[in-house]
Amino acid sequence: MAAGFKTVEPMEYYRRFLKENCRPDGRELGEFRTTTVNIGSISTADGSALVKLGNTTVVCGVKAEFAAPPSDAPDKGYVVPNVDLPPLCSSRFRSGPPGEEAQVASQFIADVIENSQIIQKEDLCISSGKLAWVLYCDLICLDYDGNILDACTFALLAALKNVQLPEVTINEDTALAEVNLKKKSYLSIRTHPVATSFAVFDDTLLIVDPTGEEEHLATGTLTIVMDEEGRLCCLHKPGGSGLTGAKLQDCMSRAVTRHKEVKKLMDEVINSMKPK
Amino acid sequence: MEGPVRADAKVCSEGGTESSPRGPGCSLRHFACEQNLLSRPDGSASFLQAEKSRERLIRNTCEAVVLGALHPRTSITVVLQVVSDAGSLLACCLNAACMALVDAGVPMRALFCGVTCALDSDGTLVLDPTVKQEKEARAVLTFALDSVERKLLMSTTKGLYSDAELQQCLAAAQAASQHVFRFYRESLQRRYSKS
Repeated sequence: MAAGFKTVEPMEYYRRFLKENCRPDGRELGEFRTTTVNIGSISTADGSALVKLGNTTVVCGVKAEFAAPPSDAPDKGYVVPNVDLPPLCSSRFRSGPPGEEAQVASQFIADVIENSQIIQKEDLCISSGKLAWVLYCDLICLDYDGNILDACTFALLAALKNVQLPEVTINEDTALAEVNLKKKSYLSIRTHPVATSFAVFDDTLLIVDPTGEEEHLATGTLTIVMDEEGRLCCLHKPGGSGLTGAKLQDCMSRAVTRHKEVKKLMDEVINSMKPK
Repeated sequence: MEGPVRADAKVCSEGGTESSPRGPGCSLRHFACEQNLLSRPDGSASFLQAEKSRERLIRNTCEAVVLGALHPRTSITVVLQVVSDAGSLLACCLNAACMALVDAGVPMRALFCGVTCALDSDGTLVLDPTVKQEKEARAVLTFALDSVERKLLMSTTKGLYSDAELQQCLAAAQAASQHVFRFYRESLQRRYSKS
């Protein structure tokens, strides 16, 4: 009976729950789904992480390669993110060139990397003007159940913390790069940007961490990316219903608490991996 | 180790939402492609992604205000052609889109306007920055505000800033939006009083 009502009037079905300040999966309006993270499981990548936010699953693999630095910035390397939403994660995506959602997500991740200065590009330079590292960050969604941006940002951060780069020296006689795979060092991660996404319902209600169905019914979305000092790297609101300044403030405070939760979880996982 | 191989090509194209200041009346765009031994080229991919991202922002803002339910099975196409870019491009695109929708007579629940704020390194706020100011700024924030209650419809930001600075920029943008809406009203009055 409830299933029938849900199919015919999905919005009304949801409103009944929202009136009681909860959601169909039993969560409160400000509650996140269970977050799990698995770091370093892909041995072929230089750094990897798998993040699950409820059902939404994103895996991030980072591969480091050599490249010549750009001519206008000879002492900088590259960080190239790419978000892939393959048909296996949801029936809404078809195979072929990346659709709009994937392109927007890739652009979002590129902006987060750029704005938050998570890695100083100068750290990736090996020899000014001649050789630098390029980090290819591939984010693949394995299961799409809403809130892809939060999962991708977390997976990227965890994977970058896991990346180990070998020591490279330029041999002066042959001018070739010599890689010492025995001596590896971690990247220096300057800030820890964490994303918190909200969905706007009926122009007034804000709910945190929307599932796929909730995103579909929402009249607007908002994503806030904050670092540990409370500075904002990104306030991404692509249209949708309007928000007042007061509502934005509530979102900010929720983003601050979320940042603490995520940082704690990630530090726990990384510490548990330490004794090798 | 070989250096990068450069391949340049001049492509003639029209339309699109990005222009390069290559000279008046010229729609030639310069494409450059660097090919290394190992890596795949990244320039053109990131160029298209930025366009798609801007398109989505403008489209979602329009969708929030247009009363689509009054015209089912209708497709509304908004084509934006950049004539010249002297800073605050996205805000200008939003203003143009709103005026075009009004001109077309599309029923809307509110008007919207775009405002850009730039924050420089010592925290000074500059509204409607030029290209030079945007490049030197620590953070650039673009907002779309509606005309009824000055609510925030769309926001996209670049750079790092604090929560307090965000509220400051939002307040300044809301004050500035009044001027933009007054301009809309005046230009529409002028247009309809002539005919």
